[in-house]
Amino acid sequence: MSQETNPTDLLVIARRVASAAGPGEQVEAYVVRSRETDVEVFGGEVESLTTAVVEGVGVRVVADHRQGYAWAGSLDESVIRETLQDARDNARFGEPDEWYALADKHDVDGVGAAALDLWRDELVKVPTDDKVAIALDLERATKAADARIRNVESASYGDSLSEAAVANSHGVEAATRRTSCGASSVAIADDGTGPQTGYGFVAGRALDDLDLESVPRDAVLRATRLLGARPIPGRRLPVILDPLVTRSVLGVLASAFNGESVLKGRSLFAGREGEQIGAPFVTVVDDPTDARATGASPYDSEGVPTRATMLITDGVLKGYLQNVYTGRRSGAGTTGSAVRGYTSTPGVGVRALRLAPGTKSPEEIMASVPEALYVQSVSGLHSGTNPISGDFSVGAEGLLVRGGTFAEPVREVTIASTLQRMLLDLAEVGADLTFLPGAVAGMTVLLGEMTVSGA
Amino acid sequence: MIDTAVLQSTLERALRGGGDFAEVFVEDRRSSSARYDDGRVEELVSGRDRGAGLRVVRGDTTGFAHTSDLSPEGLLAASDAAAAAARGGTGGVRTVALTPGAGVPARDDLIAPETVEKVRKVDLLRRADAAAREQGGAITSVTASYADAHRRILVANSDGLLAEDDQVRTRVMVQCVATGDTGMQTGYEAPGRTMGFELFDTVDPEEVGRTAATRALTLLDSVPAPTGRIPVVLRRGAGGVLFHEACGHGLEADHIYKDASVFSGDMGERVASPLVTLVDDGTYGREWGTLAIDDEGHPTQRNVLIEDGVLTEYMWDLLRARKEGHPSSGNGRRETYKHLPMPRMTNTFVLEGDTDPDTIVQGVEYGLYCVQLGGGQVNPATGDFVFGVTEGYLIENGKITRPVRAAQLIGNGPDVLRGIDAVGNDFETWTGMCGKNGQSVPVSSGQPTVLVREMTVGGTAA
Repeated sequence: MSQETNPTDLLVIARRVASAAGPGEQVEAYVVRSRETDVEVFGGEVESLTTAVVEGVGVRVVADHRQGYAWAGSLDESVIRETLQDARDNARFGEPDEWYALADKHDVDGVGAAALDLWRDELVKVPTDDKVAIALDLERATKAADARIRNVESASYGDSLSEAAVANSHGVEAATRRTSCGASSVAIADDGTGPQTGYGFVAGRALDDLDLESVPRDAVLRATRLLGARPIPGRRLPVILDPLVTRSVLGVLASAFNGESVLKGRSLFAGREGEQIGAPFVTVVDDPTDARATGASPYDSEGVPTRATMLITDGVLKGYLQNVYTGRRSGAGTTGSAVRGYTSTPGVGVRALRLAPGTKSPEEIMASVPEALYVQSVSGLHSGTNPISGDFSVGAEGLLVRGGTFAEPVREVTIASTLQRMLLDLAEVGADLTFLPGAVAGMTVLLGEMTVSGA
Repeated sequence: MIDTAVLQSTLERALRGGGDFAEVFVEDRRSSSARYDDGRVEELVSGRDRGAGLRVVRGDTTGFAHTSDLSPEGLLAASDAAAAAARGGTGGVRTVALTPGAGVPARDDLIAPETVEKVRKVDLLRRADAAAREQGGAITSVTASYADAHRRILVANSDGLLAEDDQVRTRVMVQCVATGDTGMQTGYEAPGRTMGFELFDTVDPEEVGRTAATRALTLLDSVPAPTGRIPVVLRRGAGGVLFHEACGHGLEADHIYKDASVFSGDMGERVASPLVTLVDDGTYGREWGTLAIDDEGHPTQRNVLIEDGVLTEYMWDLLRARKEGHPSSGNGRRETYKHLPMPRMTNTFVLEGDTDPDTIVQGVEYGLYCVQLGGGQVNPATGDFVFGVTEGYLIENGKITRPVRAAQLIGNGPDVLRGIDAVGNDFETWTGMCGKNGQSVPVSSGQPTVLVREMTVGGTAA
């Protein structure tokens, strides 16, 4: 929200840095502050309670088509001055690139910023004792929910009140703020066949958004239904992904839509605009203007208004995400997709990526195939998937599905394919669109056959 | 970094409400990095992070607060916040007398990164890029980056401990993309050490570039990895991450304490093949995970975790150690002053055995030979773990043959440890970042060539 009449103190700081730009120099400051509370409980006691304020500033200087950057974890005036000097000095060592530039009025004109209310005053006022009580209750409820729960590995509550401001010497500026809170627990179930773990969580912008009863229920269900799980012999099987897993896989795919990866020859989608890359009902959009998404934001981190960007429509690749630099160099223009922390220059990234939901419920999807592997969680996503080559091989645990219902639990298997293949083999997208913490939403999906490797 | 009298009064203030233990952790970290991409120096980045974390322990509860304000007033405010979080009641007055420990040992050979001209940092990236591209026209993208960090820490606690350290780390990374018949393939190499710019007396950036490029080019000729349970040979250095995941995390005292480790209750039991001796050693050379003291001020040491297959020790931080009347093992680490410490690995090694590595390969009829692993993940409660293979080959009739791509290996820690059938007489280390509960710290792992009787390989081959 641009707040012309009542600028936040962070925006005042950002403007002051930006106004220090000398002749022939462009300066941008990105300033953040968050107040955070984190409660971890164990064994009926508060294990740790952390309260903290995190502040930081990042300064970018572009001069003679060279770019330099410096950051500091402090908003102290003298530290900010030093940081600007460091950024100027660093700019002398970069090599020129004609496309380096900060956002200017051409990048922001004509696109209105979405009116999004992401701040809840009521969260600011919640007493610490109430937060502690949430975590303690979760631990108790998780332990009590089922006799097979051996212990609760962790139960926690956390929240943050985050503010950010960006301003540059072209006069482009934006200030945003948001509240968020969440709670989770991890249950360990054991009935003598070996331990299994399950995770439950909720997230929202204020306590009222949190369905706290779902946390122990999910953690316990996910742990207990895996009891007795074992590897299955290797074979090819249709695979159903839990919404959390769909979210993770889509998160890996996200970097292939990154305009920077495309320009630098590191995207498997480079040069394929207009081609059919997915099943004909596959539509993928990044829409930070959707207030339901955790990552919703009216502005990106270069001060450009965000907007809905269609990436795949009816299976056809429509385009990529761009920040100011990649938008200029590619000629496509920024899509308001600059993302960053204060310790780095803006990259390109998703904020609210999702598949367009289909019409079937998870139960209808399970009933639509004679047999499938329902994947509850995956491991090794980072080491086993490669968004450049498209290779995909991850550890999986879950349950076999037969006749529309859950059958034997399965662990210690891998599922493998390629990201390209998986998009084309997508057979069903569920109606159960679920907004999750982070920048990607999930739902139940059915993939055609994948290679399952096991016993 | 901070006056001793200020530290004492900060600790006394923290315990004013009656805590059992208080600690101040001060950190001043300067870092710089440079990135060479798309055939030119993109940018240099410098960073500065400075602040203090205040911890107050009362019973089973830890209160924690941190601040970037290192003035006496800033520290006192953080003390109050931490004490309030720990539910300080109406305790009495406690006096804290700090005893300075041994100073930071001077190192004559250190070339502090902040004293090195920036142009030298970008020059080495230019050389790495050129060397990578010279490996062949199929190399279509090279990203070379350089990063250093100079971290000064001070720890003072209510037991009277006062300790300081000065930690310098430098790393160079090259990632290449090669394009050919099998699409785009990637290769990566990233050596790093706990040292300054003298790293480049022993690490040649051009060699790093060539290694990454060769890896990507090799994959262009690869076949899809096989599927199923087969013998796996991990070349020296490559498989340290296997032990890091398969048992390292499960031997961290916090998982044990919470009965959330598959190794809980196994002390003194045989948990691995008698060929396996596993140590975690924070004092080892200038490896990526080497530290003089941990982030609780305790000197690091060599801890034998598994000896000849028998579980002999866990890795401890101060908090767990105090609770159980055990000494800390120097494994209390935290990413920054904004984080609470917890038991973490440093340099985790399997010690050399006595088998010739060539003999190990020759004894395998059909299997997988892993040269580089790309990281992994474990669920310490179940012991199930995975890791990705970024350079691997088939072993056919005792010979290393075709390169394979897209292999993820999955196994269970205790099963794999018992299934180690041979340990070579060679040794090498590996540099990585270890993530746990949202905190990332530098670690190394190392091992001789080892043979795992059988693991599940999750390739895409039909």
